[in-house]
Amino acid sequence: MLKLDDVTKVFKTGTFGGQEITAVSGVTFGIEPGEVVSLIGESGSGKTTVGRMILRLTGVTGGTITFDGRDVAALGGRELHGYYSRVQGVFQDPFSSYNPVFKADRVLEMVRSNYLRGLSRAEWKTKLQTSLETVGLEPADVLGKYPHQLSGGQLQRVLISRALLLDIKILVADEIISMLDASTRIDVLNLLGDLKERGLGILFVTHDLSLGNYISDRTVILRRGLIVEMGRTEKVFGNPVHPYTKMLLASVPQMHTKWAAEAEPAGDLGHEDAADVSSAGDGALVEVERDHFARSQHNGNEGE
Amino acid sequence: MSLAVDNLRVYYRTLHGDCRALDGVTFTIADGEIMGLAGESGCGKSTLGKSLIRLDARMRHVEGTAQLDGTTLPIDDTKAMNAFRYREVSIIPQYAMSALNPIRKIGRMISELLGSRGVSYEDTLPELHRRLGLVGLDESVLDLYPIELSGGMKQRVVMVLSTLLDPSLLIADEITSALDVSTQKAVAEMLVEFRDRQFVKSMIVITHDLSILYQIADTILVMYAGKLVEKGSAADVTEDPKHPYTRLLIASLPEVGVRFDEQRLKGIAGRPPSLIDPPTGCRFRDRCPLAIEKCAEEPPFVEVAPGRFAACWRAGD
Repeated sequence: MLKLDDVTKVFKTGTFGGQEITAVSGVTFGIEPGEVVSLIGESGSGKTTVGRMILRLTGVTGGTITFDGRDVAALGGRELHGYYSRVQGVFQDPFSSYNPVFKADRVLEMVRSNYLRGLSRAEWKTKLQTSLETVGLEPADVLGKYPHQLSGGQLQRVLISRALLLDIKILVADEIISMLDASTRIDVLNLLGDLKERGLGILFVTHDLSLGNYISDRTVILRRGLIVEMGRTEKVFGNPVHPYTKMLLASVPQMHTKWAAEAEPAGDLGHEDAADVSSAGDGALVEVERDHFARSQHNGNEGE
Repeated sequence: MSLAVDNLRVYYRTLHGDCRALDGVTFTIADGEIMGLAGESGCGKSTLGKSLIRLDARMRHVEGTAQLDGTTLPIDDTKAMNAFRYREVSIIPQYAMSALNPIRKIGRMISELLGSRGVSYEDTLPELHRRLGLVGLDESVLDLYPIELSGGMKQRVVMVLSTLLDPSLLIADEITSALDVSTQKAVAEMLVEFRDRQFVKSMIVITHDLSILYQIADTILVMYAGKLVEKGSAADVTEDPKHPYTRLLIASLPEVGVRFDEQRLKGIAGRPPSLIDPPTGCRFRDRCPLAIEKCAEEPPFVEVAPGRFAACWRAGD
């Protein structure tokens, strides 16, 4: 449904824009209805940029993003309006997504004035009610309240319900639970799972491997703008092939297993060393098993 | 006994009345102990950390004492506390990475810091170089500005500089939270190494992430709504939590291997009470599935099994 084909993003930096940073390079994957795809990467991996490009908050430098076969970059005016009623995003910080001066439900009213003008008052009310109930909120608890009167989890749910007011097909969820407390974040995560079962396609952008593993059907691991490994979640996590994926998995703090004692020098202690690992792995993505791709490492393999 | 805190109460003054951020906590930390302090946002864990060094003048010290190595800390006196700061008690505050002065080179900043404590930078330099090497940094970082370092490097610089005078107690407030998983692991393991090398005698590691504590802490203290909930060895608290709050909190954490399709985890319904006018009795009562009538009385924080402390009437059940 939504497809990214060889998408590249180059940012110009430096005083006169003389330098270039390739934030995303040749990224190709897709999201189907009823599927959660997690996009996992450390800071600077380009994961947020991918989400922003899908939402057209930033342009693509190369490659194409298509939605139902139409190039997203070419959309304008009415068509773009139509695109946004199908594709919506929710972001990391629920507190800064609201204007503290206005009541929280203003974000919902704005959807009505932009997209749902045709609805009668009664219809709007029912729609609002259903969409709030879908995200597990009691309408009376949030309507008419100011943002500071609501918890982070509630605010984040209102934002998801805003996206659901429209008949969306794709939700870009960028680190939506990293600012929530442990006891409430799992509920928001379960909500994504429920929405998926109703046919929504979700791009779940995260740095947290255990959350990605919990919720997603497919996983894309991004490192410095390059996909290093992707495929069915159980395959990527169960049988990681790329050394970077293995290193990430070994670094995740677990509740019932201690970090391996002989741990390789992890961290950006080895950021430079780690770069060698990846430069050795700039080969092509190869299929290691059905539905599981990893970037080949020609250097490493030659040595063996 | 390295640190002994007795019935500490710290409030913040607000327009609506006192916010009882820390409402009567009593605990001890042994020599060489790394105590993990866990809890959700607003539970008072950062307030507890900051109150032991009196970092924040808005805090109102209501009652209670803290003794470090047998000396009473002047935790109600900003000025008198100065003699203890950095030498005896050192804190790595939240967002320490962004606390580095952006217009000073790292070396000059450390030199000014040492100077303010009357310690010579030149004399300390060999030890400083040695410790930078230990955390995997080259001594050339001293000639760099903070902006030239990555997040993990900055965090390690802050760790080295805050422990340079071998404080007795180090308070590390959410120091791994803003880091990537791989860097997070490196920094967490360095905390243990600093203790093992006796750069610091004991440590309070504050975080919302119980899994990090399971990796590095000796003991875990869980807080909820300004009160202590549970303390025990890291293994005991994670494997066999006594307090229903800890139990539900741990059950809500997804681990690598747990999938939504196979095993649906549950959060804790409701939200923590307001600390401005907190309810009487157990503060977790409204959200607790095990609550009974007796919970309207405040449960004391007592030893429920050898080495296990919990504040719950039903902890023994």
